[in-house]
Amino acid sequence: MYTPRVYTVCIVVRVSIGQTFLGLLEASPRHGYDIKRLYDERFGHARPLAYGQVYATLSRLLRGGLVEVEAVEPGEGPDRKRYAITHAGVTDVRRWLSTPEKPEPYLQSTLYTKVVLALLTGRDAADLLDVQRAEHLRLMRELTRRKRDGDLAEQLICDHALFHLEADLRWLELTAARLDELSATVRR
Amino acid sequence: MNGGTAMNGGAAMNGGTASAATPLLVAEDLHRRFGGTVALAGASLRVDPGEVVAVMGSSGSGKSTLLHCLAGIVRPDGGRVRFDGRDLAALSDAARSALRREAFGFVFQFGQLVPELTCLENVALPLRLARLGRREAERRATEWLTRLEVADVAGKRPGEVSGGQGQRVAVARALVTTPRVIFADEPTGALDSLNGERVMRLLTGAARETGAAVVLVTHEARVAAYSDREVVVRDGRTRDLESVA
Repeated sequence: MYTPRVYTVCIVVRVSIGQTFLGLLEASPRHGYDIKRLYDERFGHARPLAYGQVYATLSRLLRGGLVEVEAVEPGEGPDRKRYAITHAGVTDVRRWLSTPEKPEPYLQSTLYTKVVLALLTGRDAADLLDVQRAEHLRLMRELTRRKRDGDLAEQLICDHALFHLEADLRWLELTAARLDELSATVRR
Repeated sequence: MNGGTAMNGGAAMNGGTASAATPLLVAEDLHRRFGGTVALAGASLRVDPGEVVAVMGSSGSGKSTLLHCLAGIVRPDGGRVRFDGRDLAALSDAARSALRREAFGFVFQFGQLVPELTCLENVALPLRLARLGRREAERRATEWLTRLEVADVAGKRPGEVSGGQGQRVAVARALVTTPRVIFADEPTGALDSLNGERVMRLLTGAARETGAAVVLVTHEARVAAYSDREVVVRDGRTRDLESVA
């Protein structure tokens, strides 16, 4: 199900690139090129971001006051700008990381990104996973109630969703058990 | 098993002695070691009357030890457990045994039915131990077997019924004395999905009807989804997921 292509498409489609950039910038100020390289390494896999997408995203973040240009350095071509996250940007990242995602298929890519960014920025990744776990279980309780009161068709539909959510939960548990290992990898 | 007071008091006593604001069962800062192994390292839990609480955690996390401490089966090394305001450690062994018989019901992963008795006799057993007459005990046992949809196996021995049927007989035995708390340790662990769902639907449905609280130990999320609330045990410590959501 999660072939590299599906996985990569999911990452590109589902994950908020802007907030991922902010998370990378919170760790330290960077040039646009460095942001793209880091993003591609950690989250882009076989489908790197286009430069146009990188600079369009950075422009949007600048307009929103979430990042600022910390320095402009002359390069071989155009001047290179070094971007830094603002207080508003940090607040935005904090809010995004602490808000559970709506449980749905292919969620792992977004969650993976959040966990890596939490580790990179020194936040409590276990807390993030528990918040998500609580959200998943809340939806599972709701589906179980619907199933209990519903006809066979309703039961089968709810069962399908429940099995998917259960798979997500297993992933959350496994990731929680491997946080130390992941943390060492991410900080390398 | 159950019997005595709960049997005589019936469903009316369930939840009746404590308001919704008063917890029925409280564990505070429990510690327990088995030799060099730390099973509990500061576990706490509160269960309100009629509430279904799932205790989740991976193998070896301490969740079964927590259940055994709550039920007065295992004495914690530190911390305390109060049931209906009474400190379990302050009770004599006889008083604790009486409490387990009268107010608690138990469902384990492998039923633990007495193999020499029929299913009907197994369900009637807690009532017989509480000195109820055979006829009345078997009448009540038959009622519960019917509610648990296994009346047809009443005359069979546990070895002659399927795993799912045996587990529903075990649930009937846990409920026959209308206990105030049912402790269920991986009650669907040995069952396939369909039978597991059936056991959970009947167990939680009957508990809600009688007002019994349920402490449900499980590592399966779909089983925990039958609860009102989940608590996770990790390395012997509890975390209430409601508090992080």
